[in-house]
Order: sequence, then structure tokens, then C-alpha cells
Amino acid sequence: MAPLLAVKDLRTHFFTRAGVVRAVDGVDLAVEKGKTLGIVGESGCGKSVTALSIMRLLPEPPARIVSGSIHFDERELTTLSQRQLEDIRGRQIAMVFQDPMTALNPTLTIGTQLVEVLQRHLGLDKGAARRRAAELLEEVGIPRARERLDDYPHRFSGGMRQRVVIAIAVACEPRLLIADEPTTALDVTVQAQVLDLLDDLQREHRMAMILITHNMGVVAESADDVAVMYAGQIVEQAPAGELFARPEHPYTEALLAALPDLDDPRARGRRLAAIPGRPPDLLDPPQACRFAARCPYAGCADSCPVEPPILRELRPGHWVRSAHPASERQPVPA
Amino acid sequence: MTEPLLSVCDLKVHFPIRRGLLFDRTVGHVKAVDGVSFDLQQGQTLGLVGESGSGKSTTAHAILQLLRPTAGSVRFGGRELMNLRGEELRRARRDMQIVFQDPYASLNPRMTVGKIVAEPLQTHRIGTRPSRRASVAHLLELVGFDPAYTNRYPHEFSGGQRQRIGIARALALNPKLIICDEPVSALDVSIQAQILNLLKDLQHDLGLTYLFIAHDLAVVRAMSDTVAVMHSGKIVEQGAADAIYRNPQSSYTKALLAAVPVPDPERMNARKAERQHLRPHFAQG
Repeated sequence: MAPLLAVKDLRTHFFTRAGVVRAVDGVDLAVEKGKTLGIVGESGCGKSVTALSIMRLLPEPPARIVSGSIHFDERELTTLSQRQLEDIRGRQIAMVFQDPMTALNPTLTIGTQLVEVLQRHLGLDKGAARRRAAELLEEVGIPRARERLDDYPHRFSGGMRQRVVIAIAVACEPRLLIADEPTTALDVTVQAQVLDLLDDLQREHRMAMILITHNMGVVAESADDVAVMYAGQIVEQAPAGELFARPEHPYTEALLAALPDLDDPRARGRRLAAIPGRPPDLLDPPQACRFAARCPYAGCADSCPVEPPILRELRPGHWVRSAHPASERQPVPA
Repeated sequence: MTEPLLSVCDLKVHFPIRRGLLFDRTVGHVKAVDGVSFDLQQGQTLGLVGESGSGKSTTAHAILQLLRPTAGSVRFGGRELMNLRGEELRRARRDMQIVFQDPYASLNPRMTVGKIVAEPLQTHRIGTRPSRRASVAHLLELVGFDPAYTNRYPHEFSGGQRQRIGIARALALNPKLIICDEPVSALDVSIQAQILNLLKDLQHDLGLTYLFIAHDLAVVRAMSDTVAVMHSGKIVEQGAADAIYRNPQSSYTKALLAAVPVPDPERMNARKAERQHLRPHFAQG
């Protein structure tokens, strides 16, 4: 079965006065119908630019998709006109952003903002759209939904606002929902509720989802498959259980080791396993392996500084871009 | 037990809510901090956790008297801070410093790194110009920041490097207590670990005492000897870190711990079950 979304060799570069920033540099992704793909990585790794490229929401210029294809439900998105894209955005592919305060228009009631989407895409008349809007608010867990339609965004707490944004996103039953750090601005108990809500909605509406986050815990909870990004590229991809049980890429291993463990009673007395240095400048990324400068195994293979590693399938469904994944490393002689 | 370095007793910070244009009247109070008490021993770390709006930062500011508490007592090094004014208060503050959350907003963009780190010394008229320059170089080295960049400006550095500058500034007066208010929440995981290690090393080498404020429960566990959990201006539970994480007593702490997503599919399922069980305790957010 063909995946719902297939991204092939996507390269999105920013043409700035300082030079060309290779924010996304050869990304391949596939999202199956009804499944969740988690994309994790640190700031600047290209995870949001990947999402915005799929939605074609990046300002062009300075951004430009210089190569690659984005195939969604038998259509090629990279060649569509803005007009054609408008019919897809919000209808077929919807997006939830990190900050629910800036995602909502502060000068319009949330009812107006919900009704707008329903009228534009589903052609409902005003009364029907309002009734549907109230149902949607109820579905995302907002109490007294009918009355709250006439409230402005500032009357809602952060968690409630994010519920409103989610209601707008799922209003037209999109086939793919892209959630970019949907819980980062929220407190941990509210985060848990919003993740549970997304989970429920996804099951009921049989939506596929791309969940972008910097939080390893959040992807572990919600994603079927996980892609780890570093410096504009995917460095590892696998089913979630497999990735967390048997991480292969030195960067994935290092990221997991750098996280303090909530359940470790000896954490207080220990130093954390920090990753030395910082990610490369994407104006001028290393020609070969982009993680080599921070990789504890970079000395193990002669190819590290000269040849860019390719993304290869180590086990069925488990892809790695490294010359020395964990399972291929020689045990250090004692 | 020796006398604690910091002893906070029944601390209250209430903000009046005023109404009316012509005849301004107080119609109520927001009880941001409402009866907080704890002791902090020399050389130890107290982790203060809670969600946004729980009163963690207000507690910190009230301890430093940056914000005058409504009632209660703050004893630091055996001295009551609540009645101190002017020069006396300034002198007392030498021994207690703060590291802020946002390394982008807490460093003056128009001052060089060297000026920023030397400012506390200058304010308190410590040393001569050459001796201050030497101190700055020493402090920057201490926090792992290359002193060669002393004449650069904050915008030229990443978040992690900026936080190192903020820590160097906090160390300049050789304080006994450092209040760390969400020092790593703006940083990426790999950088966060570097800064947490730095804080651990400095505590070990300089015998510092930390009041460590954070919303990330795993980070707090990695840093703290004792933990206090805040909710709506009150401490709902406090004690040895290990006891609280292993066997939380208050339902709020339980809900908080169960809500943390863990990158381990096996432990995660146990947590999800726990969350279902605790559902009524989750605040509607």
C-alpha cells in the first residue's frame, strides 16, 4: 500500500545575505494512513522547516525547495499553485502550532475562527457551521461549548487555547495532521491531557499525524515511528519501540543518555552524559558526516571525515545514517 | 543539625486587585505565595518544582527581597532580611545571587561579556580595574567560557554559552547561595546536560548552596537533595528528593509525576495506566 505522504530527498534552503543555509538537506519520510510519525531533534535541526515545506508555508524567498518531491495522496505538492494549495491546507492537511496564543487571531471570537474554516472548506451555511463548531469544541473537551463560541482567545487558558487550535485543525476531518511542538508551551499535566486528546481524535477520525517535538518522552508516548533529525538530515528512523530499546546512531544514543532520568535514585550524585560541542553551522555544514565532530566513535572509521554516510536499513524498518551504528561496533578490547 | 543557611518561614506575597478609576479600592488579593516555609542547609540543593503560576519565581524574588513579601520571615546566614533596607540590604545580597531562565533576556545586549561579569564587582566597589579584569578572566574560565571572547557581545553566543556568562556573573561576588530560576529550560537537551554538570561541579568545588527552581521533574531530581512541590502558592509536599520521587504522598505530586512522558516504552505504559487512575486530580487546563 502506498503511504499517505511520501517525501523524497527534500532539500529546503534559505538564500540569505550571509549565504545559503541548508536547513533541510536530503530528507526522506513516509507517513502511513492513520499512523503517527514522530520527528525529534534539537533546535535548528530542520524539523519545523520540514513540516512547513510540506505545507508550503515558508516565505519564498528567502526559502526555496531546491529539490525533492512531496507526494500526498497521489498528488505532487511541490508543483501546485498557491490556489490549489489553499484547497488542501486545512482540508486535507492541517497544522497545530506550538504557541496557541499566536496561532489564534486575538481580535476574532473563536466561533468566528472555527466557522470560517467550516464555511471555506465544507461549504456549510452559517447556522450549520455554528452548530458544527459547538460540537467540535465539545469534542476537544471545552465545557459549555455553545456559550464559549462567542469568547475571544484571551479568555482561555493555554491548554484550552491549544484545544481550540486542535478543534480548528480537525474541523474538516483532514487526512494528515501536522503538530509542531503542540505541547511545548504547556505545563506537564496539561501536556498529558493534550496528548491524550490528540490520541483519541486520531483514532476516531483515522487521521495520520506528524508529531514534531524536541521531547523524547513525548514521541515515545505518542508515535508509531520515530525519525531523529540532526543538522538538516534524518540520522535514524525506526518504529518507536525499536528505537528506544535499541538506538543505533551515536547521536540518538547520546541524546537519550543526556536526559536526566526521572526514576534514577542515584541521579543526584552523578554527572550527566553531556554531548560536547554544538551542532554545525548550516551555512557551511561538514562535507562528510555532520555528527563527526561530536561523535565519540568518529575515530573508529577512516571514512568519517571524508565520506558522507548514507541512510541504510540495518534491520527491517530501522534506518541509520552512520558508519558505526551500535550493533556494528567492535567491543573495545579490555 | 547546624543552623540552616536559608530559613524561610510562613512567607506570603499577596498582590492587591484594584478596581475603579476615581476611587481606587482593593477588591481582593492574588495570593501568589501563601505561607511557604522551608530550610536549606549549607552546601545542599533544594529543588522547588511546580507548574507555571504556582509561585516558584515569586518565592525566589521574595527571598532576595526584590519583591517585598507581605508577611513571614526570611533568615539568611542567621540574619533576618525582612527589615533590612538600603545599604544593609545591598550588602546582604552579595552572598545571594540569581541565575535567570532566559539567557537572551537577562544579559544586557549593549554590554560586552567582560562588562557584564564585572558589573557586580563594580556595583559593590570591589577591587581595582586591573584586579577586576583578572577576576573576570578567572570567572569565565571557571564556567568553561573562553576568556578570549571577553570583549564580544552576548548576541554573538549561543544559549548555552550565554547561560555560562550568566553563571559567571552570579559567581562574581563569591556568594554562598545561588538561586537558579529555570536555568536550563530554554536550552536544548545536549546543552542542558552541559550546564547541569557545570552547576554540579561548581557546587562541589565552591561549596555553593542552591535553590533550584524548575518545572522539569527529572532535572530537579538530578540536582536536588531535598524537594518542595508548589501548587497555588503553597508547598503541598516537601522532603528528601528520593522519598518524594519514590513514594509521593500528595495526590498533586502523584499526578505531576505520572504526567511526565518518559522515553522508555515499558515504563510509559505503567504511567499511562497511573494517569487514568489519577484523572480526577488533573486540573482542567
